[in-house]
Amino acid sequence: MYSERFKASLEAVEKNREQNTGFEPQRMSAEQKEEILKKYHPDHREDKFATLKVGKNKDDKVPTELCDMLSAHSRIAGRSIDLDNPDYDVDVLIIGGGGAGASAAIEADNAGASVLVVTKLRMGDANTMMAEGGIQAADKPNDSPAIHFIDAYGGGHFAAKRELLSKLVCDAPDAVKWLSDLGVEFDKAPDGTMITTHGGGTSRKRMHAAKDYSGAEIMRTLRDEVYNRGITVVDFTSAIELILDENGAAAGAVLLNMETKELLVARAKTVILATGGAGRMHYQGFPTSNHYGATADGLVLGYRAGAKLLYADTLQYHPTGAAFPEQIYGALVTEKVRSLGAKLVNAKGEVFVHPLETRDVCAASIIRECGERNNGVDTGNGLGVWLDTPMIEKIGGAGTIEKRIPAMMRMFAKYGIDIRVEPILVYPTLHYQNGGLDITADCMTGVENLFAAGEVVGGIHGRNRLMGNSLLDIIVFGRSAGKNAAEKSRSVKTGKLTLDHVKKFEGELDAAGIETQLVSPKLLPDYNRKGKIL
Amino acid sequence: MEKTVNIFLFGKKYEVPENLTIMTAMEYSGYQLVRGCGCRNGFCGACATIYRIKGDRELHACLACQTKVEDGMYIATLPFFPLVKQVYDIEKIPVNEQVMMQLYPEIYACVGCSACTKACTQGLNVMQYIAYAQRGDFEACANESFDCVMCGVCSSRCPAGISHPQVAMLARRINGKYIAPDCEHLNDRVKEIKDGAFADLLADLMRKPVDELKELYNKREIEK
Repeated sequence: MYSERFKASLEAVEKNREQNTGFEPQRMSAEQKEEILKKYHPDHREDKFATLKVGKNKDDKVPTELCDMLSAHSRIAGRSIDLDNPDYDVDVLIIGGGGAGASAAIEADNAGASVLVVTKLRMGDANTMMAEGGIQAADKPNDSPAIHFIDAYGGGHFAAKRELLSKLVCDAPDAVKWLSDLGVEFDKAPDGTMITTHGGGTSRKRMHAAKDYSGAEIMRTLRDEVYNRGITVVDFTSAIELILDENGAAAGAVLLNMETKELLVARAKTVILATGGAGRMHYQGFPTSNHYGATADGLVLGYRAGAKLLYADTLQYHPTGAAFPEQIYGALVTEKVRSLGAKLVNAKGEVFVHPLETRDVCAASIIRECGERNNGVDTGNGLGVWLDTPMIEKIGGAGTIEKRIPAMMRMFAKYGIDIRVEPILVYPTLHYQNGGLDITADCMTGVENLFAAGEVVGGIHGRNRLMGNSLLDIIVFGRSAGKNAAEKSRSVKTGKLTLDHVKKFEGELDAAGIETQLVSPKLLPDYNRKGKIL
Repeated sequence: MEKTVNIFLFGKKYEVPENLTIMTAMEYSGYQLVRGCGCRNGFCGACATIYRIKGDRELHACLACQTKVEDGMYIATLPFFPLVKQVYDIEKIPVNEQVMMQLYPEIYACVGCSACTKACTQGLNVMQYIAYAQRGDFEACANESFDCVMCGVCSSRCPAGISHPQVAMLARRINGKYIAPDCEHLNDRVKEIKDGAFADLLADLMRKPVDELKELYNKREIEK
């Protein structure tokens, strides 16, 4: 139930619902899209970016908050660490326990490598767990990997590295089959046909889902499999610096026990960075749909070790973060809500954008509606627009919401909002790091023996990602990184371990005249009251 | 001035704004969370919490990230609960009720007290899905337990020592792999790709100038 504050606007939405449900808004032309992105998308707010003064991407622009972390001191600067007696010594070290890390671990284990997974929270505490909508794969007769390629390449503004995107779409059906064979419960018709829907920017219905717990279902299954295999998982332990060998190849990491603050050393023949995204950096002050540990750690670790970043200046703002109530501000409202038929409606009850435009275009449209056009709804805690969920039941019949998006129904029901009969309020939320470490098609970064997979990677999607392609990329590239890192580890002769690159980076900071008290990686956001804590 | 309430974190009193969740109230009070905080959106089960309202006998369980504070709330987090997870080989597991008997025999010691169901932070009928597991009805157990976030509160309340979330996890994997109908179009497509059916098409796209790809994208036909 909404308070008096929303009454007038809510009545307008209800009055127009019948008409709006049947209304097919026009899709924007390529020129219109370009214009709205330039004017309203946060990626184009130049004052929110800073220029890197050190490292492989010197002179490139990145979000100010990321620039600060990439130009900060090492947490172990000036400290001597005994690298000769490592606490762990393995073939493959995997940093990160999300979907990419878990997939890599399973495949590296399959290949016979000894594997160590370190994760700064628990295994499975990752954005994978929170992905609701689904996973794309061109497995229907009217679809093909080539069509999938075109959709994703265009959706990403023709900036994706083609060899990465080609791998993504070609390996997609096998990724879904692999998950299915592990026991992931995809939504299927009684004859086994996958129930698939559209996502923003798709030209075929290729979104596979497990209700609106798609990521959670995938993550808990992968985690279960990692445990079944007896793979070593060290949780509540972050990597705070990569270790190289004397030849400049990745050879391990300095680890930090998040609870006791003990420092540990892991030596490995190959290393996989699977640290995920950066929503908790709260770029431009945006709320985020990301999990607690999404703080761009992998970008910092890789960058300091000499890896290059690609498209680190582009972030994805998911158009539909919850704008109300305040307790769930920024939480993800899955795109599947729009796939199932709900439209975006302004304060006057007008549909103002096609609900299945790509995420960046939808987000920019909402920002325009709430800004210049002054058609936003004042929530008491900012602005938002309506996402008219009752349309779903009008289109799909009573019971559709409970069956297909139970998590959404539950999330709002906790605050007395029944999304089957009442619309919800949304505003863009920081959702995904489009850019990241630059890799080759075999998942290796520019640093020898340093692999990367998952959200920490940049270039797979270009400058915008389609719904359902990140659950896909963590599986495809996670598996590939695991296989390749295991294979590579067989021939690696690790030289003497060193942290000289850290010293060298500190020297570069000095030389660039950077004076900062900050240390990185950030590891966790700080939400306690500032100024009062010792 | 925003309205405040008094809450008791591990017995210690703090005054916090009334619109906070238990999790944000802890942070407001000065806690830097490491344990008991994961997705902050109700999916991961990291922030299982038990509480009692002053003057009320009943013990409640919830997810701290999804629950608003109330005046007089006595709060203890349950960031870890020692669930028992049995290991098995999903490729070799027999699909019959003996599996449950072998791996999780304690489910047959269920006394039917329903404490698990009452405690579930997701509002699931936990005791019912355990009953399905007892019968070897993996599909029903999988469906009934699907929204489980594995927070472990159910198990903390169980006099029979059942690790409900792990039982359900096993049932879901068996259901997903062996009982759910096989997907023919998926198998076909995987084979086609292996046989190189799309290799030329993709190779062609890899070579095309960007302008041609733009043309293809802007003119593509969108399935209704």
